[in-house]
Amino acid sequence: MIYFSVAHRIDQDAGRFRQIVRGQVRRNLRKYMSNGELIGRQGKDLVSIPVPQIELPHFRFGQKQMGGVGQGDGDVGTPLGPGNPGDGSGEAGDQPGRHILEVEMSLQELAEILGEELELPRIQPKGKRNVEGGVVRYTGIRRVGPESLRSFKRTYRAALKRQLAAGLYNPERPIVIPIRDDIRYRSWEVHPRPQSNAVIFYMMDVSGSMTRNKKELVRLTAFWIDTWLRANYKNLEVRYIVHDAAAKEVDGHTFYHLRESGGTRISSAYQLCRKIMTEEYDPEDWNLYAFHFSDGENFGGSDDELCREILEEWLLPRVNLFGYGQVPGGYGRMFLDTIKKIENEKLAYATIKNNDAIYDTIKTFLGKGL
Amino acid sequence: MIAPALPPDLAELQAEIEAYAREYGLDFPEIRYQMLDYKTMNLVAAYDGFPTRYPHWRFGMEYERLSKSYAYGLHRIYEMVINTDPCYAYLLVSNLRVDQKLVMAHVCGHADFFKNNLWFAHTNRKMLDEMANHAARIRSYINRYGLEAVEQFLDACLSLDNLIDIHAPGVKRRPEVEDSPPEEMTAIPKLKAKDYMDPFINPPEYIAAQQQKLQAAREQRKQFPEQPERDVLLFLMHYAPLENWQRDILGIVREEAYYFAPQRQTKIMNEGWASYWHSTIMTQRALKPEELIDYADHHAGTIAAHPGRLNPYRLGLELFRDIEDRWNRGAFGPEYEACDSLEARRNWDRQLGLGREKIFEVRRIYNDVGFIDAFLTEDFAREHKLFAFAYNERQEQYEISSRDFQEIKRKLLFQLTNFGQPIIDVVDANYENRGELYLVHRHEGIDLDVPFAEATLENLHFIWNRPVHLETVVQDSGRVLFSFGPDGPRQRKLD
Repeated sequence: MIYFSVAHRIDQDAGRFRQIVRGQVRRNLRKYMSNGELIGRQGKDLVSIPVPQIELPHFRFGQKQMGGVGQGDGDVGTPLGPGNPGDGSGEAGDQPGRHILEVEMSLQELAEILGEELELPRIQPKGKRNVEGGVVRYTGIRRVGPESLRSFKRTYRAALKRQLAAGLYNPERPIVIPIRDDIRYRSWEVHPRPQSNAVIFYMMDVSGSMTRNKKELVRLTAFWIDTWLRANYKNLEVRYIVHDAAAKEVDGHTFYHLRESGGTRISSAYQLCRKIMTEEYDPEDWNLYAFHFSDGENFGGSDDELCREILEEWLLPRVNLFGYGQVPGGYGRMFLDTIKKIENEKLAYATIKNNDAIYDTIKTFLGKGL
Repeated sequence: MIAPALPPDLAELQAEIEAYAREYGLDFPEIRYQMLDYKTMNLVAAYDGFPTRYPHWRFGMEYERLSKSYAYGLHRIYEMVINTDPCYAYLLVSNLRVDQKLVMAHVCGHADFFKNNLWFAHTNRKMLDEMANHAARIRSYINRYGLEAVEQFLDACLSLDNLIDIHAPGVKRRPEVEDSPPEEMTAIPKLKAKDYMDPFINPPEYIAAQQQKLQAAREQRKQFPEQPERDVLLFLMHYAPLENWQRDILGIVREEAYYFAPQRQTKIMNEGWASYWHSTIMTQRALKPEELIDYADHHAGTIAAHPGRLNPYRLGLELFRDIEDRWNRGAFGPEYEACDSLEARRNWDRQLGLGREKIFEVRRIYNDVGFIDAFLTEDFAREHKLFAFAYNERQEQYEISSRDFQEIKRKLLFQLTNFGQPIIDVVDANYENRGELYLVHRHEGIDLDVPFAEATLENLHFIWNRPVHLETVVQDSGRVLFSFGPDGPRQRKLD
């Protein structure tokens, strides 16, 4: 039997399978985006995605009523431990278990699907000055180098030249003997590869009115923003700023879990953001993103004006994109109304009513391709 | 990646092990081993042991699953053997020598089982070629009709591939079609009798009953199909409005389903038999002292009892050993059954020595259902701590539900009947005189998985091209008719 073609064939079948998975994920993207299933299943580069409907359906018995036969100690009523006890029917190993299939997909791939489905434009990064590493190419020749890089052809050519010049070369007896000076080595060049860096500032209101559910909306939205931007920039940093009446920088975990009870002064966050940007991120070198989430309540009209001023005068000219997402639940005058008054193509805003709105929010935020 | 021939030392080993096996009376065709690395092994396993299968994503899915679980160290395939003549078996290159020994002895058991068990008698022993043939045909359809179309149809067929009649190869379901139908009987013939005796010799009730039967038979003939048809795939091949290539694909799926069916019907016996022989050959003949620990470790791994799960290797092996022991002692028959002294039963010994003979007979004529039914005894169940488990809705977990022997046996048999698949017949192909297909699930206490059933109906509708119906029972609502038509799924209660 010949096996060399088998490997090729399984690659085809596995490839087709992945294609189907991709299609499934794409079809169900809105669902995945709204229920947060994927968060927490994400490793460094991979995300594990539960794909329910990929198994071929059959007429089969419902599992729960079925029960089965097992072997071991225990009295009537002893639990078998969590999860499935497996097929008791003596078919162990014969069929895959009845689990929901989980497939691993790289975040890059997920971002591609996101991009295709939401028709997100590619981001044109600015600032090509940041150089990170480069590609090594063997392009030249030199007289010194390690023996492993010795170039025989060039060495003998040099020897031949020398012998011709010195009149030592005899065409009747074409012997070429290189001496120390003839030896040539291959040399390399490092080609710099421009890299673009990006930083995301997430700002969120953590005052008393922001409940856990609202923060969950922020978290889901942020996950997808991260996924997309990470696919577009090699080097992505994320900074988190929380604010109530005053702002401070925190880590990612604290960002989503902190709860304060104070009032709300949005300008404090914008000021802190401005401060960090000034100190650490030169807009010439960095692609700057800032997203702010709140329920729309802000203390006093004067603070709204201050925010507007910071945005218009300072932040918007520097950032690639500023996104404002308003989650529901605020009372009275809405900060969104202030935002709406600003006309700037780098500004995107959305109301995140519920989980289903995340899909459209992402589209609004990232659809600009900035 | 051409599979290397068996290295000389292993070829020697093969000859040695096979000589032992034949001495014990095992009877198997020539066995050809292929050495595979783990990657190729997973790959061949994903194709059910047949290197040339038609292209389908499900093989890719299976391969990914196997590779992943291998990478995480969850499983490892030491060996695989397929039912062909000559019998092909695959060995993992990285096995220890003692593993190869064990595996070869195990393979001899399987090969003997394939050849001699009656349920395999009808399988095609040239299946390697046949599968390659199927692959070539499906490939050519893909080239001609496109991947999407072929795949969609193939998916639909595969989703129905458990709707076969596993007893069909052995049973003649209906009489041959006769050329001229027998003369229609219109009146019930009366026995000759004098007038006054007539009511006694030809009682009017009897005549009326016969008349009714005749009527019913006539009605029946108008039905289509006349008898409920269990081989749904065959029925669809004959009567569904299909293109030739579609009919061919359906036929391919059906043929492969029939080929694999006996393996699913005899899993416990087949693995038990092979385990019985590897342990017998190894411990009595082949094992070297220095190999003992490794052998014991791997054998124990194979037949380990996992809590809450029934290991077919273990159950089969122990049952064969139990049968051998009982028939050696003569511990069977009415006299033994009638004896109710545990002491006497335990020490029962008639010195019959029929054990070996009996297990060879058992491996010839039984499948798992018969095997469990005939040989799973109360003593055995107690000794091996068998239990039945069920899902406890309140606790949301599986629990041991019973240690009662009858209950255990009932459950086990239920799971093995029709290889654990629901029994579903085509009852009417012209339902409501509208050419709709009507299937009935023979409900025996366990409901169908409803979301899956609906999805499967959709596939059936894709093939039948007219509305399709499935009658079944749902625990809380009684008889229910699930339908799928152009307007999508529907369901309604029947009573």
